[in-house]
Formats: sequence, structure tokens, C-alpha cells
Amino acid sequence: MEILQDLHPDVDFETEEHLVDDKILDSFDIVSLIAEINDNFDIAITAKDILPENFNSAQALYELIRRLEEEA
Amino acid sequence: MLFTSYAFLGFVAVLFLLYYIVPRRWQWGLLLGASYLFYALAGTEYLAYILVTTVTVYYTALRIERNADRQTGYLKEHKNELTKEEKKAYKDRQKSIRLRWILAGLLLNLGILAVVKYTNFAIANLNGLLHAFGKGESRQLSFLDLALPLGISFYTFQALGYLIDVYRGTVRAQRNFFRFALFVSFFPQLVQGPISRFGDLSQTLYAEHAFDKKTFSFGLQRILWGYFKKLVIADRMLVGVNALIGDPEAYQGAWVLVGMFFYACELYADFTGGIDITIGIAQTLGITLQENFERPFFSRSLKEYWRRWHITMGTWFRDYIFYPISVCKFMQKFNKACRRYLGEAVGKRLPVYLSSFVVWFATGIWHGASWNFIVWGLGNWAVLMVSETLEPLYDRFHQRFGAGGKAYRLFEVVRTFLLVSALRTFDCYRSVPVTFRMFGTLFTARNWNILWDGSLLGLGLSLLDYGILAVGVLMLVSVSLLQRHGSVRERIFAKPYPLRFVLWYGLFLTVLLMGAYGVGYDASQFIYNQF
Amino acid sequence: MSENERNAGYIKDVENAKNKRYKSLLRGIVSALIVLVSLYLLQRLLVPKYVDDVVEGAFIAEYYGEEKDFDVIFIGDCEVYENFSPAMLWEQYGINSYIRGSAQQYIWQSYYLLEDTLRYETPDVVVFNVLSLQYDKAQREAYNRMTLEGMEWSAAKVKSILASMREEENFLDYVFPILRYHTRWSGLSGTDLEYMFDTKPVSHNGYYMRVDVKAAQDVPQGRILADYSFGEKAWDYLDRMRELCAKEGIELVLIKAPSLYPYWYPEWEEQVEEYAFAHGLRYINFLELGEETGIDYATDTYDGGLHMNLSGAEKLSAYFGSMLSEELGVPDRRKETELSSRWEEKLAAYEAEKQEQYRYYGMQP
Repeated sequence: MEILQDLHPDVDFETEEHLVDDKILDSFDIVSLIAEINDNFDIAITAKDILPENFNSAQALYELIRRLEEEA
Repeated sequence: MLFTSYAFLGFVAVLFLLYYIVPRRWQWGLLLGASYLFYALAGTEYLAYILVTTVTVYYTALRIERNADRQTGYLKEHKNELTKEEKKAYKDRQKSIRLRWILAGLLLNLGILAVVKYTNFAIANLNGLLHAFGKGESRQLSFLDLALPLGISFYTFQALGYLIDVYRGTVRAQRNFFRFALFVSFFPQLVQGPISRFGDLSQTLYAEHAFDKKTFSFGLQRILWGYFKKLVIADRMLVGVNALIGDPEAYQGAWVLVGMFFYACELYADFTGGIDITIGIAQTLGITLQENFERPFFSRSLKEYWRRWHITMGTWFRDYIFYPISVCKFMQKFNKACRRYLGEAVGKRLPVYLSSFVVWFATGIWHGASWNFIVWGLGNWAVLMVSETLEPLYDRFHQRFGAGGKAYRLFEVVRTFLLVSALRTFDCYRSVPVTFRMFGTLFTARNWNILWDGSLLGLGLSLLDYGILAVGVLMLVSVSLLQRHGSVRERIFAKPYPLRFVLWYGLFLTVLLMGAYGVGYDASQFIYNQF
Repeated sequence: MSENERNAGYIKDVENAKNKRYKSLLRGIVSALIVLVSLYLLQRLLVPKYVDDVVEGAFIAEYYGEEKDFDVIFIGDCEVYENFSPAMLWEQYGINSYIRGSAQQYIWQSYYLLEDTLRYETPDVVVFNVLSLQYDKAQREAYNRMTLEGMEWSAAKVKSILASMREEENFLDYVFPILRYHTRWSGLSGTDLEYMFDTKPVSHNGYYMRVDVKAAQDVPQGRILADYSFGEKAWDYLDRMRELCAKEGIELVLIKAPSLYPYWYPEWEEQVEEYAFAHGLRYINFLELGEETGIDYATDTYDGGLHMNLSGAEKLSAYFGSMLSEELGVPDRRKETELSSRWEEKLAAYEAEKQEQYRYYGMQP
């Protein structure tokens, strides 16, 4: 959550549910986000996981991370 | 078969008729036949290329999916017998098999594309190098006579997108070979896109479509609008564009600006018009294609423009090149290293800049095998990176001066338009040195008077043509403005029939009478001479 | 709701649906009619009328308005329609003739015009001018138009179009001329409205009259050609023309009009002479008959030797007429009352235009 807030201080990530669809997050944001997450959580989000439904909300992102942690 | 030929119109008309007459389960088969006929009419020698791509991608995708399915099955079956390490080792092993398959598929098809599209470009550059190192004329390589198969860039990308999707597991592979062949060859989009995703297109491509009057007429309306853009605006403007770029020495200074503006309008009308025809044809067949444009000239920044212009190409590069490069293991390591040694602010950016460099290089060279396209692509990259880097600065500036009003937004739109058009001149003059020199003359030629002293009439366009162009461009802008509030066709549909009839028939007559097509009628050539 | 009421409601629904379908059908028919009628009117408005400036475009079509029982039919390019006067042939010899000529008429077009003519009548003599043997493919779209557009639709017209089309041309443009002339809207004049459905006679049985004089001087020599032999297609159509005439019992006469320019090469002359001899055809080269015809290039041409003017055409007709009636036995039909009265009208129009042109050019007849 902190990482998200860093990227866009003006967006309320608690409630926003269409981060990608509404073009709040662009491809650059997504890439830096992934770099940070991979680093912090020691998982590997790969290109195939970059789908709008995984990045549309903080909740979805959290679930993606949990799933990848389980798989690892 | 050009979109603007009678033969194409006849082809499509016959197809429409058959499509709604044959039993519905034959519809997709009919489309496959029509697509291959369309392709064969462009040149039967090209059929081999598209067939090779179709067969190899079809087969590779099946192999990859079979492997993935076997893996899932095996893991489920032996869930309790295997240790975590064994599972992981098995998975890695399977993954590397799949990786080998996809690499084979990608390399083969990109290889074909590279050979037919870039061999001569490579030879030219090699010759240049040989020459530079004093090897003289004796060692020059001769060019290969390779015909570029129709739409190869588009269908290759579309097929490879599918292959990657199957590899990633986001779509299921198409088991029916002929259905897959239709996906690769679907004729309206073969010439200039849009580049469809299997997940999207397969939803309507194979379905049975009953004739629906509204969908059908909406499709026809879109086709008509496309022809309006192409024939009335683009092809008329092309006369001026050709005159200007045909003789750069004669048209310098202010002419460069005129050319920039003409080319921007011409390309927009031509490309979006073509896509309108493509999507319109698909719609009359009940098939939904992805939109390729979203009023790109209303963009307020170059970045936004690239999200709204040639959308399916942009997202293709993003999903299949930019993301994979950006998040691959090497990049992640590189990212970490950069942040450690160069500090957070710079280190975070560098890797992204690097991968977008690759993307823009690829975008450039995809547009055409020559340096001017590469410079154009990298020019876009440079502007994007600069504005990305300066974004905090902009933000502060905007906050301090309260920019954000309508006037400022308009300024941004105009600025973006100029920037895009300026970058496009690389594509226009087809030569990097010429483009730079021409830009130089903007400051030295001092011939601004050509804009009002009637010189504009010397480009092969009459005053009447300018009038038509002005009204045409105005119509494009107005329709775009209206589109912001929803479908224009829907709005017209809600009007009483006589009004609708007058509007659409009026547009038809406009295309018929003002379209720049056919053998131009030139009364002067009827003047009696000698015979 | 009672059974009756329900039935009534049902019937009403059915009727409503019927009405709606009826209405939309009507709407469709009315729209289609509007479209077709307006497109037809537009097409009539936009096609060139060829009544004032470039009248040559109207010659081919004029034939169809005639009583078609001619004894002599001329086919060919400007060297027939400017050089022979059917009026003169009638006046002096009672020969009923018509010229199916058009600007730069190619030999295959001449052939198909012959086929077209045979749909209506079978003349005794067909006269073909050999200048067009030099072309093996159409040179200009504009000339194709002027020859082909005037023809009425028939298999001959279709074949002629297909044989004539240049690469940039399209068959559909001939079927729907509006596609060809769609940009003419910016150059329309009152004439286009006046002659939208009507036309006025512009020739005299296919003859294009000019009375003015421009003496021939310094006629340029033909430039040297790489190859003097006529093309395969040209020969093929000459063969077909000969065979068709033989089959129909028509005497085919080949002529070369006495135009000094375009240059008629001796090499060409040789080939035609050989062909005529080989097939027993009559071939008359008027370039060599200056003395017999009495053509004077100082007074008998209006454009420096390219084409004859009235004086030249009448001299030529007087000479050729006697040959037609004496050697080929073309009948004198001046005794046929109906035909004579038709010709009387024509001669009056001929005379009137003559006077009109003399006035226009400020000349003394």
C-alpha cells in the first residue's frame, strides 16, 4: 500500500477499484510497482500476471501477491 | 485489392449476401474462404507465407498447451507423493520444454518477417559500412528481390500474440485448425490492422450471426464514413503531400509546416478511415473488432496520444515486449543494482527507460525498414522520456500557475498535435538528413508569404479543393467532438427516418461526387489535337 | 378479459405488426426510388454533352436516330469524318451513306462498330481508313470515351470496351458513367442542363463540317521509327473485319485519306498494299491521287494539312462517289421518294450550316 501511495500520492487506493481501466496506473507505474513488490516480498510477478484484473485495486494486487507466495 | 477499388466493393457485397444466405454454421467457413480468396487475389505466391505462419503457430500452441495440461494432471495425480522440491524440479523441467517450443515458434515467424522485411535494409547498411571502410564498390552486396507478403507484419503479430497468450495460459489454444486459420487471415484486418487478440476476436468470429438490421446498417454507415475520410479528405490531400515531399528543394521553410499539417491530416484521415472500413465490414458481419483509435488528436500529451493512436499496436508492444523485458529476471537485477549505485530516483527510472528504448526501436523498425523510421521511433522515445523525467517539474509548475483551465488544455492539445506532426516528418521525407535540413530551413527560408500569396494553389489543389478539405476537416473535428458524448450513429438513429435518410444519403453523394477516385475528368484533354 | 376481447386484441396486434411491416416496406421502396431517380438525374447532368465544343464525342450516338438502310458505311478516325461528305455523295450520285467515325478510333473499335452496324443493316460497301493500323493499344482514355460512350449497349459494345480499356480504366465506369464524370459538378454549364435529355444534331450523316482555310506549309517529315510493322492486334482486327465483310457479302474498301499529317510512312504503305493485294481488296491511297481529286493544300484544308475543309471534302467525295457508283455499282436512289424527302431536309441543314459557318469565319461562299 505504501508503494502505491508513493507512486500516486493523490489517489485513494483504499477505495479505487479501476486503477488500470481508468488509466490511473500506466505501464511505467506498473513496472516500477512490480520491481518494488518483487523486491519486498521476494516473489516473481512475471509478464503473464500483468492483467488488468490483477492491478485494478489494492485488494486484487494483494491477492496476486498471496497467490504467488503460495506457489513459490 | 485496395479498399478503394470497385473490385473490393463487389467482393464485400457478394460476401454480405452469401453470409446471410448460407446456413449459419457455415458462416465462419465462408469467411475463411473469402479471406483466402482475398489473399490469393493479392498474389498467390504469398499464400505460402501465411500458411507457414498459421501451421507453425497452430501446432506450437497446441504442443505448449498439451504440455501445460499434462503438468497440471501429473501434479494433481501425484499430489501427495512428491516433495516440494520434486514438484518444483518437475515444473521447471516442463516449463523449459514449453519455453523451447515457444522460442522455436517465435524465432521462426519473426525470422520470416525479418528476412522478407529487413534483408535489403541490412544489406544497404552493410554496403554503407563496407564503403565507409574503404572496401570500395567491388565488395558491394546486391539486394534480394523479395516481395513483401500482404499484411505480414499484422498477421505475424496477431498470430504471435496468440502464441504468447497460450503460453501464458490466458487463452485456451484453438483446436480446430481452420478456425485458427481464419483468426490469422480474417481479411478486413489483414491489410492494416487492427491487431486483434484471440481472446477478444474469438468471441464473435466463430459465432453464428443472424441478420440484424441495425447492426448491419451501423456497419454500413461506418464503412461510408471511412470512405468519406479516405476518398474525400485523405486522397485529395495526398496530391498536396506528394507535391511537397516530392521536391524538398523547392518546398522549404514555411512549406515544411504546410507539409507537416497536410501529412498529419492525410495520415489521420487515411488510417482511421481505413480502420473505419475494416471495423465497419466486421460489424456488418456481426463481428466485433477492437477499436484502434480514440480521437488521438485530442490528446494532451505525447504519452496520452500513444494510448489513443493505433491502440492495438501500442498495447501489443506493451504486453508482449515492454512488460516481459521490464519484469524479466535480468531487468529486476539491473533495477536493484541501479538503485543501489545510482540512488533511488535515477535507479528506478533507468531500467524502464531502457526497456522502452527497445520498444520504441522495435516500433520504429516495425513501421518500415529504414533509418528514418528508427529515428522517428527513437524521437518519440526521447520526448516521452524527457517529459516523464520532468513530470515533477511540470506538476509544480501547474500548481503554482494554476494551469488546468480550458485554454491551457487547448494549448496542450495543440502542442501535442505539433509535436506528433513534427516527429512524423521523418516518416514523411523518408530520409533523416533531408528531414533535419528541412527543419533547418524553417528558420532560414523566410518565405511565410507563401501562406497567403496564392502559392498554395500551385500544389495541384484548386481553391475548391481547399474548400472541400476545410469543410471535411471541420466535419472530422465536429464528429470527434460529438463522439466524446457517445455514439454519433446511435444519436442519428434516434432521429426520424427522413432526416436519417437525408444525412446518410447526403454523405453517400458527397463521397460519390467529391471523392478523389477514378480517372480524373480533365476537360482540357478533350481539346481536339491532331486526330 | 373475455375470449372475444382477447381475440380482438390479438387481431389488433397482428394488424399493427402488419401495418408496421407494410410501412417499413413502403419506406424502403420510396427510399430506393429516390436514390435511383436522383442518381439517374445526376448522371444525366454530369456526363459531357458534346454539343458545343467537342462535338466529335456525339457522332457515334447520332447514328441510332437514323433510318438505317445505308448502302455505304464509312468506319475510322477523323480521316473519314472530316474528309467525306455524304451530302455531296447523295447530291451528285444518289448514294445513301453514313460515316461512323470518331476521334482516334482504333481499329478494334472500328471493327466492333461494324458489328454494331450489322445489327441494324447490311450495307453494300464498307470503307475503312487504314491510318489506325499504327495503333496496337488505346492511346488515351478520352478518345476511348468518345468512341465507346455513344454506342448503344450490345455484345459489340462490351467487347469493344474490353478491347479498348487502358490500365487505369474500369469497365464499371462505362456502365455507370457517373463514376467517371463525378467530378464534373464543379464545371457544369447551362448546356449540361439544356441537353440533359435532349441532344441536337452536330454532324451531317457523321460528317464534321469546317469551311475555314489554313493552308498547309512546312509539313513535318515523320520522325524515324524503331519498328514500322503494324502490331499483331491491329492485323488481327483487320483480318476479322475482312472476314466479316466477306461473310456478309459486303465489299470492303481500304482507303488512306489525303491528310499530310500524321505522316504516312512508305513502309506502312507497303504493308497495306501487300495485304490488299494478297486478299484481293480494293485499296485507294488518296495521298497519291492529288491530281485526280484536285485537292489543293492551299485552299482545301482548315488546319494546315491535317484535315480537309468543306471544299476538300467535297472534292474528295466527288471523286470517290464516281468510283463507288461506277466501279462498285452502288445504286443511285434519288428516285426513292421517301428517302429523297429525308435527304432534302438534311441538305437544307447542310446548306444552313455552311452559310452559318461562312458568316462566322467572315468568308465569301
